[in-house]
Amino acid sequence: MAEEKEGKKYTTISIPTPLANKIKKRIEGTGFTNVSSYVIYVLREVLSGIEEESEDAFTKEDEERVKDRLRSLGYLD
Amino acid sequence: MPKPHGGKLINRKIKKDILKKELPEIEINTNLSEDILNIANGVFSPLEGFQYRNDLENIVSHRRLSDDTPWTIPILLDVDEKEIKDIKKGDIVLLKNSKIGLQALIDIEEIYDFNKKDIAREIYGTDENEHPGVTNIYSMKKKLIGGKISLLENKNREFDEYNLNPHETRILFKEKNWREIVAFQTRNPPHIGHEYVQKTALTFVDGLFINPIIGKKKPGDFRDDVILKSYKTLIDNYYLKDRAVMSILRTSMKYAGPREAIHHAIMRKNFGCTHFIVGRDHAGVGNYYGPYDAHDIFSEFPDLGIIPVFFRSFSRCTKCGTVVNEKICPHDQKYHINFSGKKIRELLRTGKIPPEDMMRKEVAETILTFKQPFVK
Repeated sequence: MAEEKEGKKYTTISIPTPLANKIKKRIEGTGFTNVSSYVIYVLREVLSGIEEESEDAFTKEDEERVKDRLRSLGYLD
Repeated sequence: MPKPHGGKLINRKIKKDILKKELPEIEINTNLSEDILNIANGVFSPLEGFQYRNDLENIVSHRRLSDDTPWTIPILLDVDEKEIKDIKKGDIVLLKNSKIGLQALIDIEEIYDFNKKDIAREIYGTDENEHPGVTNIYSMKKKLIGGKISLLENKNREFDEYNLNPHETRILFKEKNWREIVAFQTRNPPHIGHEYVQKTALTFVDGLFINPIIGKKKPGDFRDDVILKSYKTLIDNYYLKDRAVMSILRTSMKYAGPREAIHHAIMRKNFGCTHFIVGRDHAGVGNYYGPYDAHDIFSEFPDLGIIPVFFRSFSRCTKCGTVVNEKICPHDQKYHINFSGKKIRELLRTGKIPPEDMMRKEVAETILTFKQPFVK
C-alpha cells in the first residue's frame, strides 16, 4: 500500500528474503544505507534504459526549415 | 543521440494571432523571460511551465520531479500579491518583458506560498545571505504561480546567430553524423587548459558542443561578445570544422554547485549531447561546496541519461612539456604551472598577450581587439 514518507509516496514491494539478504551483503561498505535505496537505484537504472521516446512534434517541413537556418548561419554546408 | 529528458522534447511556441481578447498582464524580468524561452524551446524538457508546489517540494527534498524524473533546480515564477489581486486559478495571463520584447501566456493552475529559507538550505546547502543564489531566493516575491506556458513572441536579440535550440542542435548533430557528442560549458574565453580538456574528451566521441552561458555577469567578468569571438577564433584556427560547434545558452548561473551540475547536464542532454564535462567546483562559489561535490552527485542519478566526463585538475608540466592531468603525469607539483584565469585576466587588462603556453596568441589578440573586454 502506498504511504507518504518525507513528503514522497512510497509503496511496498515484496522480494524473496534470500535476495534481500544478498543485497544487504552487497551494499555493506557502500553508500547505500538500506536494501530499498539499492533496489530503487537499480530499478531507476534499468527503467531509464528501456523507456520509450515520445514522438517528435516536428514535421518534415519543420526539419527543412531548421536545416535552412543552420545553413544560413554557417553551421551546415 | 539520447532521448530528451523525460522522453519528449517540449515545444511551447504558438502563433501570436491566437490572442483574441485583452488579458491581465504581468511584467517579468530577464531571468524569468529566459526561463520561459528555455521551457518553450525544450531546453528544460520535460517542463512545460513553471513548477507546481508538489514538484517544488519533490525537487527540494528528493532532487526529482513528482514523477521521479531527475530534476535538481526549481524553475519558479514569483509574483507580488498586488500583481495577482484580480487573478485566480484557471485564468490565462500574459507574461511580458517589454525590454526584450517577449510575450507568453500562462495558464494559472496554482498560486501558492513557499518557504524561502527551506528552499535555500536544500538547494544551496546554506541559508546565508552572502551566497548569491540564496540572495536571489530571498529577493523573490512572496507568491509562486504554477502553470503551463506558451511563448507568443520573442524579438530578435544580440547573438541570435549563435543561438540554437535543442530541436536545431539535434538536427545539426544528425546531419553531421555525430552519434556521441560531448558538451562543454563555459563562462570565459578559452585558455590552453580548456582546449586540452575539450580535445581530450573529443578524442573519444564524434563531436564537441561548446555551449557558453550568456547573460548577467559580475563586474570584471569577460563580456559575452568577447567570449564568443575568442571561441570562434579558437575553433577557426585549432579545431576541425566538422568536429566542433558553438552555440549559446541564455540562462542565469545559480551557483548551486552539485545540484546545478545535474541541471547543466540535463540541459545538454536535451540539446542532444551524450556526454557532459564536469570540472573542479562546477557551478560553485566561495567555499560553499567541496571541489568534487559536483562529481559525486552524479552517482545518485543512474537514470540521468547523459554521461559525465570528470576532470579533476589540469596544469602545464614543465618536465613533460605539455598539459597534463593527475592521472597521466608522475612529476612533482613543483613542475606544475596552473592555468590561472586571474593571471591571464591581469595581463589582458594591461594590454599584454599572455604566454603562448597559457593562451593561444590568436585568442589573446582577438580579446585585445576589444577596447574594454570586461564587464564594468
